[in-house]
Amino acid sequence: MAQLLIFTFIGIMWILILAGGGILVTLVSKISISGYGEQMDFFVASLIKAAIALLLVAFWVILLSKLKNKIFQKQINT
Amino acid sequence: MVASAIAFFVVFGMVPPLIKALNRKSWAVKDVNRVGGAMVPRPGGPAILAGIITAEISLYFLLPQEKIITRGITALLITTSAAFVIGFIDDRRVMGGWFKPLALVGAAIPIIALGAYEPNLAFPLFGEVKIPALYLGLIIFMIPITGNTINSIDVMNGIASGFMMIASFSLAVVLFIMQNYSVAIMTLPIAFTSLAFFRYHRFPAKIFPGDSGALTLGAAYGVIAIVGRVEVIAAIALLPAIINSFLFLSSVKKIVEHRQIKGPTTHTEDYKITATKELDAPVTLVRLIVAAKPLTEKEIGFVVFRLAIFSGILAIITAFASGVVVWPSS
Repeated sequence: MAQLLIFTFIGIMWILILAGGGILVTLVSKISISGYGEQMDFFVASLIKAAIALLLVAFWVILLSKLKNKIFQKQINT
Repeated sequence: MVASAIAFFVVFGMVPPLIKALNRKSWAVKDVNRVGGAMVPRPGGPAILAGIITAEISLYFLLPQEKIITRGITALLITTSAAFVIGFIDDRRVMGGWFKPLALVGAAIPIIALGAYEPNLAFPLFGEVKIPALYLGLIIFMIPITGNTINSIDVMNGIASGFMMIASFSLAVVLFIMQNYSVAIMTLPIAFTSLAFFRYHRFPAKIFPGDSGALTLGAAYGVIAIVGRVEVIAAIALLPAIINSFLFLSSVKKIVEHRQIKGPTTHTEDYKITATKELDAPVTLVRLIVAAKPLTEKEIGFVVFRLAIFSGILAIITAFASGVVVWPSS
């Protein structure tokens, strides 16, 4: 049973990786800024994209941490 | 095939004399999981490095002189050698928890300096994103992560080399599926080096890879992921080791040398491995594996290898699915 939970956790991580990539490609990479000049637009858009990507990573880690506690609660408490 | 054979036979032939040399110098550590605590020579890193370096140098001359190959192999040779030196320093003199991650950042610089990368991050199913500046940061993080991840799973006989053998073969299959043949061929020496070393590292181990061996394998894997533009899929193949690092960091909540923390496992009377009762001991992959019932070291190894095969299959499925673009990137 404990081993099955580890396989499940790996499967969930796999899905989260694919989903995270999907969000980055379909939403975050489309962000564009205009009105500050060509160089500055690119720079500001890159900053916003980087910030969102970092937030997504932080969210991903928190989500995994919660999942870990839920899935392995019994094992961790032994 | 020639380079793979070179990698295999260099390691296979070099380990026995290395064991003798290490024993003469009394460079050995106690195998805490073995009855009686036998002394096992360490590090086997020099043989691992020799296998990878000789094979990759031969590939440099055997493969067509394309930019991706020459720059990729050069970056792999320099970064892997640097990772070996960092690991060797840690083998001989125990450094602080931050030493290896920070030093491995330096080991990643040749990849950037040689331009052995494309600044596009490929996400399976969805396409690529162009992130020139962010990608440099990704390179800087990738090598410390792969190096330390493999190092952190090197906790029992045969696990690091066996795990790397499965992950590297999976990555080579992924690269062949994605028709990146040159980099796939560059990956095979890592797999065959791991296979040859596993012969001596499996239970009961005759030699330990040490930090120099584990970091060498991990860094080489990281370089291949970057040069082959399969960063995400390479991470999927490494998931059990990544989970181990994640569990450890989320329970310890700081970067610390593993020798400085309480052991997550202990032994039963019949010398099986079981989870410790210490509540403040870190949660690791092995601790979870033995949480339900105590297992022998050999049995734990097989569980880790099954997890590695499972992740390898997920990576291969992802590679096949990469041909199906769900959302075309601009």
